[in-house]
Amino acid sequence: MTAIDTIAGRPGAAAPGKVPAIELRGISKAFGPVQANKDIAIRVERGTIHGIIGENGAGKSTLMSILYGFYKADAGEILIGGQRTEIPDSQAAIRAGIGMVFQHFKLVENFTVLENVVLGAEDGAMLRPSLAKARKLLVDLAREYELQVDPDAKIEDLGVGMQQRVEILKALYRQADILILDEPTGVLTPSEADHLFRILRGLRDEGKTIVLITHKLREIMDVTDNVSVMRRGEMVATVRTADTSPTDLAELMVGRKVLLRVDKTPAQPGAVVLDVQGLRVTDGKGVERLRGIDFQVRAGEILGIAGVAGNGQSELLEVLGGIREASGAVTLNGQPLDLTGPRADGRARRDAGIAHVPEDRHRLGLILDFTAWENTGFGYQDRAEYGTGALIDQQAMRRDAQGKMQRFDVRPADCWLHAKNFSGGNQQKIVLAREIECDPDLLLVGQPTRGVDIGAIEFIHQRLIEMRDAGKAILLVSVELDEIFALSDRIAVMFDGRIMGERLPEQTDETELGLMMAGMAEGRRT
Amino acid sequence: MNGIPRWVDIALIPLINLALALLVSALVIALIGENPADAMGVMIRGAVGSAYGWGYTLYYATNFIFTGLAVAVAFHARMFNIGGEGQAALGGLGVALVCLAIPWPHWTLALVAASFGAALFGAAWAAVPAWLQATRGSHIVITTIMFNFIASALLVYLLVNVLKVPGSMAPETARFPEGARLPSAYDWGAWMGFGRSAPLNVAFFLALGCCVAVWVLIWKTRLGYEIRAFGQSEPAAKYAGIRPVRTIMIAMLISGGLAGLMAVNAVQGEAERLIIDSVQGAGFVGIAVALMGRSHPLGVLLAAILFGALYQGGAELEFEIPAISREMIVVIQALVILFTGALDNMVRGPVEGMFRRPRKGAA
Repeated sequence: MTAIDTIAGRPGAAAPGKVPAIELRGISKAFGPVQANKDIAIRVERGTIHGIIGENGAGKSTLMSILYGFYKADAGEILIGGQRTEIPDSQAAIRAGIGMVFQHFKLVENFTVLENVVLGAEDGAMLRPSLAKARKLLVDLAREYELQVDPDAKIEDLGVGMQQRVEILKALYRQADILILDEPTGVLTPSEADHLFRILRGLRDEGKTIVLITHKLREIMDVTDNVSVMRRGEMVATVRTADTSPTDLAELMVGRKVLLRVDKTPAQPGAVVLDVQGLRVTDGKGVERLRGIDFQVRAGEILGIAGVAGNGQSELLEVLGGIREASGAVTLNGQPLDLTGPRADGRARRDAGIAHVPEDRHRLGLILDFTAWENTGFGYQDRAEYGTGALIDQQAMRRDAQGKMQRFDVRPADCWLHAKNFSGGNQQKIVLAREIECDPDLLLVGQPTRGVDIGAIEFIHQRLIEMRDAGKAILLVSVELDEIFALSDRIAVMFDGRIMGERLPEQTDETELGLMMAGMAEGRRT
Repeated sequence: MNGIPRWVDIALIPLINLALALLVSALVIALIGENPADAMGVMIRGAVGSAYGWGYTLYYATNFIFTGLAVAVAFHARMFNIGGEGQAALGGLGVALVCLAIPWPHWTLALVAASFGAALFGAAWAAVPAWLQATRGSHIVITTIMFNFIASALLVYLLVNVLKVPGSMAPETARFPEGARLPSAYDWGAWMGFGRSAPLNVAFFLALGCCVAVWVLIWKTRLGYEIRAFGQSEPAAKYAGIRPVRTIMIAMLISGGLAGLMAVNAVQGEAERLIIDSVQGAGFVGIAVALMGRSHPLGVLLAAILFGALYQGGAELEFEIPAISREMIVVIQALVILFTGALDNMVRGPVEGMFRRPRKGAA
């Protein structure tokens, strides 16, 4: 029996063609005062790839969590294959034939692929028969859908693309008919993403139903058959992908016209602000994360660092921001910076004129349980504008916060609200307001628009360009190639702790950068 | 507070917890065949029904304020200091040495000096676990609790072999000289009805002062801002240039110092000599007090008074109704700790939900 026979033999799988695979009727869900889903109705046809697109906080993930049994809807019903189905927990979802691939993989790092696939779905007390069965199935699936992965490899030794395949295999092993993928390409190189899409098309052609949650318009256009747009908890439209365009979708998502490109004039680079030579970092496990990095950033230009997440970009930002120690030589405006010792901390870096918008605003950039006004001064609490002596001049800090929130259009503009109660875009604006308005010589920016809605992306990009035009040096790290192209005056590509090369944005394209991001040394010269 | 009024967070929810605890206590008392209403009446009258009762209730509360504040300050840096017991015991040593070393001319001077001694010794006892945590990652819960045992053994050794009055059989220091004794509630509060026996003394006002000082420290100063930031998120604190080792050390030294100050009340104010086990579990009650008070000085003050009343009321209850034994009192106290500390979220969720919904329209 092949994998597909097993699944096709499931009851209900042979239902007539017009019954949708998933139908949701009147789904509502509130978290306290926040209405995350409002009266959602959607039909996902069997054997299609159905995209769900929407800004952050539009309610996509909540809706899928309801479908997967993580949350219980306040109202509404779920029909799977035309039958009303209660999904109180994920076990019920699996029984209903739903498989989910999360943004953050749920794998046991020190187990093998095979063990992860079987985990939780063992046939009996003894492991061996399950493993043998899974091994056979894995081989079949690999052949049918290009899902090759070494069954005996440990998860921790696999790249993210491979780990994602394991997640898909896990779902298929549990005989999923419906596969939900939450932002699956966030961690992939362009070519890995293409491979994933080939896999998804193959699965669709075998009759599986795929739900793809994403905020990337390009993916929706490339791979989906139908697309549903969510905005502020409501399903605003479901259309055939062939009948729509990225501009229309963006407008539906945001509710108004948006610019998908930033207007900028050519850069006028000045003196070298940041000079990095031979930077090396070894992490706690003895792995070399940065293997000799050299580059410069000049005043009035944006150097974009492209690369797949995990190739040393985070470490680079952490070293420059004073969070991590390193060896090598770094100068700022000609003055050497300490890379080890007590003067290699965030305070010393700020005093030297470096501001840092960290990649992970939740973990580093904000204290989520602090109010907005406490956050707009975070890292600068020693500055004289917040009072001298032991006491903080809270009135000054609040006044300052009000001003920053107004100028950066943070909504709601209530400085007493806790940081965790703002949406992703507004949280990011709080961090940006703080780091831009301290008037640094060099701004480090990591993933400035990760988890940020389209409306705010436009705003954030404009602010960064304005800063560049004001003669500041900006080092931008982003895994979004679109963003790198939109903002950078020069692009450097990082792979495995090294800089693979530098390109000018107008003289390169995604294909070349994609090759460099995958470690092909010089890529294709243009 | 995320849409819910602050008074709900720091007053209503603890009161509901307390009511639930007393309800279960009443069931337990009914189970052993006593009348819960009578028992509660005895407890409440005994604790707060007379100046006599208040004299004890507030004395116990003073101890718990110090140890509760100690736990609360450490909590803000996400350090779980459960070594208040040992730090307070060492604080007692500090007080005794200061009081016995110099013939103090007036109690005010003795109070200031003894406070320094108490805080210094308490802080020193917290410093070693803090240093181990900050630099070596040794878990502070383990090290502080081990230091409790070391403190206990050290004090027994000192009292039996070093500090004992020659010729005496009791393992305790000599009584502090006149000039080092603190005015008791009788001296300054006789008009309120406090009697000679009331253990309440001026250290109570020191405790109130510490509440205010801790409030200023945590919510008004740069140091407090950094301690809270560090406690909320160590990576974010590091990003902001807040030094982890420095922050842990400072928070724990303040915490240990506050725990040590308890000895000003118990040793200098009440016993007027250093005896074995002068702390009597107040270090651990401080954990419950800080939990119930949600690490806010005002909450700590109220919770400390509640626990003081439980201690005093419990003692009265044991005395008045012989069927209710000492152990039964401990059960009641444990129920209060259980409901206010461990089961807090059971009540918190629904109550917060109730207060969020009506505000939706306004927002």
